[in-house]
Amino acid sequence: MEVLYFAWVRERIGLPRETVETQAATVADLVEELKAREERYNAAFTDLSALRVALDQELADFDARLEGVREVAFFPPMTGG
Amino acid sequence: MEVRVQVEPFDFGVEAAAFAEGHTKMGAVVTFTGIVRDVADGLDRMEIEHYPGMTEKALEAQAHAAVGRFKLGDVLVIHRHGTMRPGEMIMMVATAAPHRTDAFQGAEFLMDYLKSRAPFWKKEYTADGAEWVAAKDEDEDALSRW
Repeated sequence: MEVLYFAWVRERIGLPRETVETQAATVADLVEELKAREERYNAAFTDLSALRVALDQELADFDARLEGVREVAFFPPMTGG
Repeated sequence: MEVRVQVEPFDFGVEAAAFAEGHTKMGAVVTFTGIVRDVADGLDRMEIEHYPGMTEKALEAQAHAAVGRFKLGDVLVIHRHGTMRPGEMIMMVATAAPHRTDAFQGAEFLMDYLKSRAPFWKKEYTADGAEWVAAKDEDEDALSRW
């Protein structure tokens, strides 16, 4: 699946998007997989309460299931307007 | 109903006039414009990042929700991204309704949702460096009134 990062999440991880091969069942499982990879992921995902997630461009929860999802995006709370 | 996400500046007067024109059944048009505000230590520029695709979907969904809830006859949302200087217009919303209460409330509803549910992120650049703007609790709390 495609994993996208925005704002300071993108800066901490050091890239805007990547293709990830995963069997993770939920968003939280995917986060654990990413954190185990490298320190920069760990730095980005330290505090999940400071993060939001979207599945196929719709806001979702960290316990949401990933079955059938093509695009996951992680970002801080939004500051539009 | 129109939603535009763009880098280019927009002409608020032209947009507002074009929006207000031709609505013979709409007695009220309300507009709101957001402007890049200078900060205490001097803002050089603001950069706004967004999530192409999701941004348009979220704004359209919010505009549809506002139309249904406040019986609006029309909605316009323009939101810029990219680099902006203090005093530049970031975004505008316009609502048209038969009566002013719906037009005002529709605009407030749209702004409250747009602040914390449309995928934009602001970064401020001052002489001291760059910092992402933190979301405010009051913006999140504002949603509870709807």
